[in-house]
Amino acid sequence: MKVHIHVSLKPGVLDSQGRAIHHKLETLGFDGVNDVRAGKLIELDVEDSVTDEALDEMCRKLLANMVIENYRIERMEPSKENA
Amino acid sequence: MAFRSAVITFPGSNCDRDMAVALEKVSGTAPFRVWHGEAELPEKLDFIAVPGGFSYGDYLRSGAMAARSPIMSAIVKAADAGVPVLGVCNGFQVLTESGLLPGALMRNAKQDFVCRTVPLRVENNQSLFTGGYEAGEIIHIPVAHHDGNYFADEDALDRIEGDGRIAFRYADAVNGSRRDIAGLLNATGNVLGMMPHPERAVEQTHGGTDGWALFESAVKGLVRA
Repeated sequence: MKVHIHVSLKPGVLDSQGRAIHHKLETLGFDGVNDVRAGKLIELDVEDSVTDEALDEMCRKLLANMVIENYRIERMEPSKENA
Repeated sequence: MAFRSAVITFPGSNCDRDMAVALEKVSGTAPFRVWHGEAELPEKLDFIAVPGGFSYGDYLRSGAMAARSPIMSAIVKAADAGVPVLGVCNGFQVLTESGLLPGALMRNAKQDFVCRTVPLRVENNQSLFTGGYEAGEIIHIPVAHHDGNYFADEDALDRIEGDGRIAFRYADAVNGSRRDIAGLLNATGNVLGMMPHPERAVEQTHGGTDGWALFESAVKGLVRA
């Protein structure tokens, strides 16, 4: 199954990339954008047997840097076991 | 007794040779060259250098992949046992990613790649890496990085500062680093991470030799011990 890992900078950590994107949107004439935060999406294709705990550990050990980043795990399809 | 040092090479390291040349020049002995896939370091090392470059193409985060390579377990173990470890530039990123040093190195605040010689202030000259400098001395060392913007939360920064663990500060703003941190020691003082490249400032033809004293401090301190 596909699992999406959304990694984003913690609130309060300066997102210079997001700021640059915001500025560029403004110079292109798009009004009404209050803020931009840039993150990344990591898509995993895993066996249904991979547990939430294991996914959580993957995020903590490698996929996110817990000093500066938050992560959110999203299973894209219901697992066969639970279906 | 010969000085036993090691320079680690990851796929994408590009300052490993400069680091090896600097260590050989200053210590008189060529360092061991160690590939990241090795699980063990040479025995009885006096010094380990994690060099600059773009290990694993900076995939995921700068230093993230290298920090989880086989040799890093051996380096963490050696550091815990008191062996001096110097991480420069990407090496600093690897040391923070591995947890040997606190905080993280983020994209430079202005999103720019900075590549020039910058003035640094020696904040702590009591460490085995900085004993050859005067406290407060201004030295000039080249930087070349995109992700050198040091971040740690305010509590961590207060602790780091209170414990005298800031080895070097940028004398002028370079990359947005919190409290202008350019070089950071671990709690026991045997691990130093820094974005500037001391190995690029050890010969007159480099344009300056302010990096020499860093290696000399480490070499002499260890030979004396």
